[in-house]
Amino acid sequence: MAGKSSEPLIVKGKRLDGRKPSELRKITAEVGVIEKAVGSARFTMGETVAVASVYGPMEVHPRHKEKSDRAILKVNYAMLPFSTSDRCRPGPSRRSKEISKVISEALEASILLEKYPARMFEIDVVILNANAGTRTAAINAASLACADAGIEMRDLVCSVAAGKAEDTVLLDLFQPEDNYGQADLPMAVLPNLGEISLVQMDGDLSIKEFNEGFDMILESAKEIYEIQKNALMEKQK
Amino acid sequence: MSENNYLNELMKNNYRDDGRKLDEYREIEIETNIVGQANGSARVKIGKTEVIAGVKFGTGTPYPDTPNEGMFMVNMELHPMANPDYSHGPPSPEAIEISRVIDRAIRESKTVNFEDLCIREGELAWSLSVDIYPINADGNLFDAGVIAALLAIKNAKFPEIEAETDKVLHDTRTDKGLTLQNIPAMVTIAKIGDNLIVDPSYDEEKIMDARIHIATIDNGNICAMQKGGSKSMKIEELKNAIELSGSKGNELRKLIKSIK
Repeated sequence: MAGKSSEPLIVKGKRLDGRKPSELRKITAEVGVIEKAVGSARFTMGETVAVASVYGPMEVHPRHKEKSDRAILKVNYAMLPFSTSDRCRPGPSRRSKEISKVISEALEASILLEKYPARMFEIDVVILNANAGTRTAAINAASLACADAGIEMRDLVCSVAAGKAEDTVLLDLFQPEDNYGQADLPMAVLPNLGEISLVQMDGDLSIKEFNEGFDMILESAKEIYEIQKNALMEKQK
Repeated sequence: MSENNYLNELMKNNYRDDGRKLDEYREIEIETNIVGQANGSARVKIGKTEVIAGVKFGTGTPYPDTPNEGMFMVNMELHPMANPDYSHGPPSPEAIEISRVIDRAIRESKTVNFEDLCIREGELAWSLSVDIYPINADGNLFDAGVIAALLAIKNAKFPEIEAETDKVLHDTRTDKGLTLQNIPAMVTIAKIGDNLIVDPSYDEEKIMDARIHIATIDNGNICAMQKGGSKSMKIEELKNAIELSGSKGNELRKLIKSIK
């Protein structure tokens, strides 16, 4: 949320990568990409690449975390050291711990935890290449990996961010827009239930701009849902 | 009747266990300059919740990408004295989350002009560290933390700096401080069943389905948001929460502005 880009980010209503303000980047999705895992997925949004694995249901460790009436999730989000322009130090940071927590809650809202009492799922998401929107790509990958693992869910969890740059509300920011942006609003949506399981925001948005971004997110969540669904169907062929 | 059902039944009639309306804050008490060694400090009570925030200034080299700005950090430690749920050891995800959300609310409101912390561009700048400690955690540490942090910053006075050595003389005080550009107000709203309530108490936090924290600035714009909790919110609930955070934020802002 700082500084100003040396070149304009939006020219004649088009963004630097040719997109309209409300347009998603090119998305690809594939499940079953890790043979050892119970469920797995790769999800890309533009140049951002997330890979997720799911192991479980398994016994809870440490034992005191066990919940007798439901499952717990152990989510770990990590950016690989070579995924950013400056090498990022491996291992958990304060940022990654917070993101792991909000991703866990975004998934818990959909997973039927009470179907797996006293059990645990380990969900790992790594960012292979970061070009903004890593937590949203991570949620999409994790949602697919959970579905691929056969975990019972109320809906797929579809995630994308809106934001603002040069006083224009934009969907699915990529790196230059994120670097010089005025606001970032990542969300996770359960599109068939019309529910929201993740909201974060920082920057500066008027209520009108928030609503504009929120509408873009809700609309594009349906597209992301179709892409996730098709990836799951593809594996059944 | 279980406690959960009892509270839900009350809320249907727009009442809560402690007699409050759903959109009513507990009584807020504020005191400033309570810690002599700190450069600025404040104590905030919201009902039985009590937090203190202290500001310490240090110096350092500015970050290369912002050579004319100082450093700013916020930390809240969920110290075990304040609640039996907290334990010693490395910061929990909850502690990291609350610290980062309060940091973003203040940082993104642009209430502190970080250029005011620059001493010599690219060489030396003030670091503004805000440490927040709950003394008694009876719910809604987020809102209490933002108010305490803001007022501690507002009251902070820079120490003297030795001209030749750049050494900070911590036992001195100048009469120079920072001017707040606006007042971010954080409003925490909990969802319990189909109800949205502001300023959840500890008992309400234990049974809430989800929570959302929304910080707004003087002109009504949103500067930070964070949803927490393992249940989702309906689209309408999120929109209602944002509306509620605007009106409640204005009330809080008025209160914060009235404190010298």
